[in-house]
Amino acid sequence: MSEEKSIVITAVFTTEMNTATAGLLGAGQRLAKETGGAHVALSSGESDSEFAAKLSEFADRVITVDSEDLANSQPESWLNTISSLSSQENPAAVILGNDILSQEITPRLAHRLGGASIGDAQAVTVEDSNIVVTRSVYGGKAVAEIELTASPAVVWVRSQSMDPAEAQATPGTITAGDFGANVETRTRLVESHDEESEGGRLEDAQIIVSGGRGLGGPEPFEDLIALAKVLKAQNAASRAACDLGWVAHSWQVGQTGKKVAPELYLGVAISGASQHMMGIADSKVIAAINTDPDAPIFKHCQFGLVEDYKKVIGPLKEKLAKLLS
Amino acid sequence: MNILVCLKQILDPEVPVRDFFIDDSGLQADPACANQVTNIFCENALETALQLKDFHGGKVSVLSLGPNSTEDTLRKGLAMKADEAFMILNETGQLPDSAATAKILAAGIRQMETFDLILTGRESGDWGAGQTGGLLAEELGFTFSAFVDRISLEGDDRLILRQQTDSGWQTFSSPKPTVASITNSDHNLPRIPKTRDIILANRKPVATLTLEDLGISPDELLPNQLKARVRQLSIPEAKSDCEFIDGDSIEEKIQKLADKIAAIARAV
Repeated sequence: MSEEKSIVITAVFTTEMNTATAGLLGAGQRLAKETGGAHVALSSGESDSEFAAKLSEFADRVITVDSEDLANSQPESWLNTISSLSSQENPAAVILGNDILSQEITPRLAHRLGGASIGDAQAVTVEDSNIVVTRSVYGGKAVAEIELTASPAVVWVRSQSMDPAEAQATPGTITAGDFGANVETRTRLVESHDEESEGGRLEDAQIIVSGGRGLGGPEPFEDLIALAKVLKAQNAASRAACDLGWVAHSWQVGQTGKKVAPELYLGVAISGASQHMMGIADSKVIAAINTDPDAPIFKHCQFGLVEDYKKVIGPLKEKLAKLLS
Repeated sequence: MNILVCLKQILDPEVPVRDFFIDDSGLQADPACANQVTNIFCENALETALQLKDFHGGKVSVLSLGPNSTEDTLRKGLAMKADEAFMILNETGQLPDSAATAKILAAGIRQMETFDLILTGRESGDWGAGQTGGLLAEELGFTFSAFVDRISLEGDDRLILRQQTDSGWQTFSSPKPTVASITNSDHNLPRIPKTRDIILANRKPVATLTLEDLGISPDELLPNQLKARVRQLSIPEAKSDCEFIDGDSIEEKIQKLADKIAAIARAV
């Protein structure tokens, strides 16, 4: 890696230190060790904030930009800001997380900086002076190593799958910057709408009860909701069930849905197509209830029951209520 | 409204794991293992465009970069009632990366008429990079929104785009022209073409451009020219040690299942 291009910038769009944030910072921190350059964390907010102080445990330098547009996640404001900062710092790589904003900005940022972009990285390393990314492809059927030959490499990573950052011996410096965050943008955020799920984020759920196309309609999901209540679990669904309008889209888990990592993922009437498995691969234990013993999901399960869910869910809920009371 | 939808033809992502294999180059799936289909998210994008046309009038054009077989994807687009179809022929036998794709599509678009809205799928079912839409917007100097599932008009000059987020949705206002990548929702399941429209579509012209027409050298698609180059492709080993719960009665099986689940739930 050349002297100039060794800095790694990690763009942190949230001001919450959680598993995803720790993983994102971990990816940036480890990559900076490989490139031999400074790890720079970029965040919105004030330089004397608690969050900035937390970030300084995991970066050589923290740069904060106090801007309402950034705090409100205006995409073009963030794009302009990171672009400006990158033009100044000349990084080897810019690392972003798997949130929607990061994914949207990644290609645009790479183009503006004359670099290369890729997403859903499960590993990021340096080989022969280039950034190399490992990611799942072909709907989860294969794994590819992709070399980025233009610099900087702009990569969004699967944050919660990454090992967390380690606290440094000496905290990094914190400076406030501007970088054109408040320049007028063409795109304006109009309205934001959160469908609050009672249990919190699916990505953080410890137990998930999930349903698929085999349920045949929305009503059986009521039984899965009742089962989840007994387990203090959250509910999810396959893309098919969501596209058919049986459940809210925020329930979708898979290649193009949420990536979850629970202690237990129970798939009910889900065949386990590779795209769905991409979303649950980090689960500690996968179990399934399905009438088809050849359903692909069973190849990934620790245990399973070949049975009609209709005969199982009700009694299963009763028994679990007794066992967990 | 003048809308362009970029379509990609890919190896059928529904091919089961047991039938999926990598070709001799070791760098892509073997084309022999499945049929070519239109990427589903591109079809969601086309459906979105067609619904806008149904509602507001205007024209929908489809564009695709690929080998000769791509014509099938464009004809299906015409069968869904897109008005015009354009193909940029890639006969090099090389797979472009997202950056090359965006550059080539943009070069083609600059030779076409002016669009109010350009749509792509959020990602493709093969490589799933999800970069092309954003790169295309930058190539053209337009704004971009990803994961859009609804689009409406705001006055004469702007569009409202609804984006699916991790926890719900948000809406953006962008000036025309803008680029959006479309994600699946229960509102944009692609319409199934009528037989009559399929037959009519086969008689419609598909305008074809070559890379040379666009001033792009085929050498730009050589692997060592790409910004994102595949170094290695492998199929992960499938470990298969599922314990299939057994018992004399279904009640006994459910009890065993409950015991296993409860053990995990207690530890959490």
